[in-house]
Amino acid sequence: MWRLFILHGASLLAADFTTQVAPVLTSRCLSCHGAKTQMAGLRLDSRETLLQVIQPGAAAASKLIARVEGHGGKTMPPVGERLSPAQIAALKAWIDNGAPWAGPARLGATADHWSFRPVERHPVPPGAHPVDHFVHARLASENIAPAPEAAKSTLIRRLSLDLTGLPPSPSQLAAFLADQQPGAYERLVDSLLASPHFGERWARPWLDLARYADSDGYEKDYVRPHAWRYRQWVIDALNNGMPFDRFTVEQIAGDLLPQSTVDQKVATGFHRNTLTNREGGVNLEQFRTEAIKDRAATVSTVWLGLTAGCAQCHDHKYDPISQKEFYQLYAFFDNADERNIDAPLPGEFGPYLAGLAEYRRQRTALLQQYGVPDRQPGWEDQIREARANPGKWTDRDHAYDAVQKYLDHSDEILDTPPARRTEKQADSLTDHFVINYHRIISKERWAELQFPELRRKLEALKRDFPGLTEAQTIAERPAALRRPSFVHLRGDYRKRGSAVQPGTPAFLPPLPPGESSRLALARWIVSPSNPLTARVTVNRIWQEYFGSGLVRTPEDFGTQGERPTHPELLDALAAHFIDSGWNVKALHRLIVTSATYRQSSHARPELAQRDPDNRLLARQNRLRLPAELIRDSALSVSGLLYPAIGGKSVRPPQPQGVAELAYSGSVKWNENTGQDRYRRGLYIFFQRTVPYPQLMNFDAPDANTAACKRERSNTPLQALNLLNDPVFVEAARALATRLLRETAPDASPAARIRHAFTLALARPPAPGELPPLEQYLHAQTEIFSQDPAAAAQWFPPALAGFSRAESAAWVGLASVLLNLDEFITKE
Amino acid sequence: MDQSLASYQRRSFLRRAIGGVGALSLGELLAAQDSAPATSHPPHFPAKAKNVIFLFQEGGPSHIDLYDPKPALRKWHGQPLPASMTKDLNLVFVKPDAKVLASDRVFTPHGQCGTEFSDYLPHIAANADQICLIRSLYSEAFNHHPGQSLLFSGSTQFGRPTIGAWVSYGLGTASRDLPAFVVLSSGRGTSGGSMNWASGFLPSSHQGVVFRNGGDPILYLPNPAGLSRDSQRLRLNAIRQLNETRMEATGDAAIASRIHSYELAFRMQMAAPGLLDFSKESPQTLASYGVGKEPTHPYAVNCLLARRMVEQGVRFVMLAHASWDDHQELNKKLKKNCAITDQPIGALLTDLRQRGLLDSTLVVWAGEFGRTPLGQLERTDEDPGRDHHPNCFSAWMAGGGIKGGQVIGKSDELGLNIAENRVHVHDLQATILHCLGLDHTRLTHRHAGRDFRLTDVGGQVIRQALA
Repeated sequence: MWRLFILHGASLLAADFTTQVAPVLTSRCLSCHGAKTQMAGLRLDSRETLLQVIQPGAAAASKLIARVEGHGGKTMPPVGERLSPAQIAALKAWIDNGAPWAGPARLGATADHWSFRPVERHPVPPGAHPVDHFVHARLASENIAPAPEAAKSTLIRRLSLDLTGLPPSPSQLAAFLADQQPGAYERLVDSLLASPHFGERWARPWLDLARYADSDGYEKDYVRPHAWRYRQWVIDALNNGMPFDRFTVEQIAGDLLPQSTVDQKVATGFHRNTLTNREGGVNLEQFRTEAIKDRAATVSTVWLGLTAGCAQCHDHKYDPISQKEFYQLYAFFDNADERNIDAPLPGEFGPYLAGLAEYRRQRTALLQQYGVPDRQPGWEDQIREARANPGKWTDRDHAYDAVQKYLDHSDEILDTPPARRTEKQADSLTDHFVINYHRIISKERWAELQFPELRRKLEALKRDFPGLTEAQTIAERPAALRRPSFVHLRGDYRKRGSAVQPGTPAFLPPLPPGESSRLALARWIVSPSNPLTARVTVNRIWQEYFGSGLVRTPEDFGTQGERPTHPELLDALAAHFIDSGWNVKALHRLIVTSATYRQSSHARPELAQRDPDNRLLARQNRLRLPAELIRDSALSVSGLLYPAIGGKSVRPPQPQGVAELAYSGSVKWNENTGQDRYRRGLYIFFQRTVPYPQLMNFDAPDANTAACKRERSNTPLQALNLLNDPVFVEAARALATRLLRETAPDASPAARIRHAFTLALARPPAPGELPPLEQYLHAQTEIFSQDPAAAAQWFPPALAGFSRAESAAWVGLASVLLNLDEFITKE
Repeated sequence: MDQSLASYQRRSFLRRAIGGVGALSLGELLAAQDSAPATSHPPHFPAKAKNVIFLFQEGGPSHIDLYDPKPALRKWHGQPLPASMTKDLNLVFVKPDAKVLASDRVFTPHGQCGTEFSDYLPHIAANADQICLIRSLYSEAFNHHPGQSLLFSGSTQFGRPTIGAWVSYGLGTASRDLPAFVVLSSGRGTSGGSMNWASGFLPSSHQGVVFRNGGDPILYLPNPAGLSRDSQRLRLNAIRQLNETRMEATGDAAIASRIHSYELAFRMQMAAPGLLDFSKESPQTLASYGVGKEPTHPYAVNCLLARRMVEQGVRFVMLAHASWDDHQELNKKLKKNCAITDQPIGALLTDLRQRGLLDSTLVVWAGEFGRTPLGQLERTDEDPGRDHHPNCFSAWMAGGGIKGGQVIGKSDELGLNIAENRVHVHDLQATILHCLGLDHTRLTHRHAGRDFRLTDVGGQVIRQALA
């Protein structure tokens, strides 16, 4: 392969045709000058046709360069950003060097695209660590030595945050620092991988992909009280070491596995995280098809790294996915209906059965007492008549619209004769009738019948008797009810194109003959011959450790995506992952035991020009923590954290006025009390239209579409959040209390500051760090001494043995530590 | 790349290039950052407007009762329309054979231009000569959430950045103390919620910052109880000193950005309360907006705040008022919403003009769609309303870059369909960007393998609207 040295631009890295020239041509030129279109009769996908606009050996005389530089004629490309100086420099250097062609005969001929080719198994010398082997080889080719290993205290904090999402406790820190035996680091890795917090830490990026939320989205944004069961499934699967192939199959098609268990059905909750629009008057079929499209697009993005969703309205512009092929993927999901199932938690079933007979008796009596059996059949008739005669009675149209919006599967229930309805179907219809009867008989008459009171009593009855927890799942429709699937012309569900059968894109290995179920799709995704799944998955895991993937477009492994910085390493990791039986923890272990991972993250000024984005991995990266881990760290070091694993979502305190921004104040944010206020960030109730502010301030995704990576922004709102949010003020108070209680009563300020550093940053203060903090303490104590009322507001409890001014100043100091860049950064 | 990192690298490179040794002088870097003007980027071409005030009328205000007089509706009142006229309608609640509902509003010409406005909008009408009224706008979404998504992000698909975020991304901020994109809300929440000011796949620094109308103006803005300004400064100084030390130890210039954002936070703490201090406004000004008087007060405060923010360089102020979703009791609800918003909006236009700010401020009035000429009647004992109508509705622009005193487009005699000069919401978006000196086809961001823009694959600048 040709390598050139580019001296013109900002980069002094060696460059080659494949990584520097071809990507520019492919991504910026070929959509108008490629196989499909040749604007101005020009084609730039082969050397031969490029000769129309380049003179090998003479960049300055090449029309291509004039156009991209904007000299004479129209600047190319005409839309989007102009080419960067580095890109232009690469083109020039390549032309000046004779325009050597190292690519396929035609660029953009996608069968040759790197990620579509089978994973290659590159040999690693015996005894060498695969990660270090490839990273060091690349560094050596650039004459760069890797960075030294980070300090032990940095390593344990980094590893602890990476594997559990929590900073190390002082005892964990002390034990690790004291362990001078060989294998100390590996033992730490194993103990952290075995921690139940591992599942919490690694569930979060998966939940980003799954667009997990606790509410419907759209205008009404109703809560989803059972959504958490899916989150729980993810946490448990990760903690139990479920292999990734099983993890995949159960989420995509757990309901179709032979004798599928409740847990395997709960896994299909992955698909239930699509949004639900209950806005009045929406067309249910429109939003059903939107959800199916989202499922097809999301599965493509999450497992295959393909932007197949781009082919909803037209053939994919860049990748070999036709619109028809998108709807073939869609067809796998078109016959899966949304179903909530009883998914009892351990210990729920006995009490439920014990109370059931009495519950039924009391419910029936209540319904009798208020005359429901006399009125409901007539109402049902009216609803069915309205359905058959839209527009005839406006009030009944509204009543029918409401049944459809608020009662899932309402048509199915209405069409089942009462005697054949399941108890669940009958109860849900009756509950809806009681609540919505007023739409037909007027609010006044409804009130006269005392239905509001009946509603309250029915709800109270439900609370009084133990129920069963439910879960959101999908389930395949019976064969007799299968709907045919079609291409939607221009993406419009009303405009049917040709009929399609379930199928996978033709450029990838085929499905086994005769198979077309969702389960077959799931198994195809994790078949060892699929070139994408393992690469895409290891890349995303890598990204959590290093801040960017080996492929920096984790959402796009197609022709528009970036190429891997270390292709052999990516393949080695993918192969290792597959060969290990898709062992997730083994993959984590492999990465974190590498010397590459353990490098210091300190900047290397000598490389700042050559490799500004640290693509060569000549050091680790300093990375701001994700939103949830910032909260978790503050709660953890202050001792407030309630570390229970799993369970329902919680609503910690948030300022007045946040929930009120939702549609007509429909969102009720009932703060949790007690320990649940102090649960980890991933358990915070995610209300799609008005998410918890701290999460959004620190770049948590909006849960509307699969999020393959998070931004790491830096804004003044983040500063205000950490400085002034009562949650963080409370953490500062608790941290200060802890400091003063855990140090000797006569400890010096310096000794206490040292302890504070151990707790918050897992390291001792550097000499230069003590004086500013001592001065801060002194000055703040002065201020509080002169204003005791302020001190009491800032830190209400009186701490025995300390003046109020002094203890309040320590709260200030704790707050300073919780606001440090280092505190919210993994170094 | 991070701005400060880039500048750090430039500087350290220069330093080494001229033979200097050792690390960059931190104080120098930070001083440069603190005194630098806010990060403002040049537009694509010279701009007419520097700021936008987007008066978002949530829920779908009725164009035929406010801006587009349709006397012919009288002829049809109480009758259904022929099926040929209603076959392409996307109706939400009413059925195609619903009966036509004439408007009870009285329209009269205003200004030199003689544009007709409803009797419910006297104050807006008084600015007729500044207003470019579009009577031929259309959208594709006929439910609120998707409609708002299209209006603000150019797509009904999720995850796209909204117009304010695009403007912040394209032009940066012109204020040292305030964010580039601010959201003011009064009335009830909107269907779109925070989606209406989301930054989508752009960095979250471009997301709209909500100035709240109750409690603290910005979330977590005030110091916690007991922490005086001096104590806060002390705390910030300590944070800064330790961050500087860490930056020296690690060489990570991203820490400079963190330091910078804490300083900006402090300046916001200082500046934001001042925005809300109306004591320097004349009693006449306050009275003209309707401050301190019901029912105008909350909206008037937001309109006045919008002017004050524009004066301080906020690029994009979105002012949401909900809701105009009048399925029932149209006349009563229209009257109420107009009583709340008309006077403050009229005063805002006049005030901006008198201060010479209207030339550089683009004011936009729009909802996500209009309403049907067909009446909606749920119960006979109730006054009728109208259904959602995206096929043809009205919006207006005034100020920077816009030629006022004109009407663009024409609807048919019922206000049902567009008769002349179709204007898509993408065209409105393209025009807003154009006034700011931004070419909507060039303001792009690469995401998931392709370049995205606000106007998706459509949008044409409405040339006739431009001054």
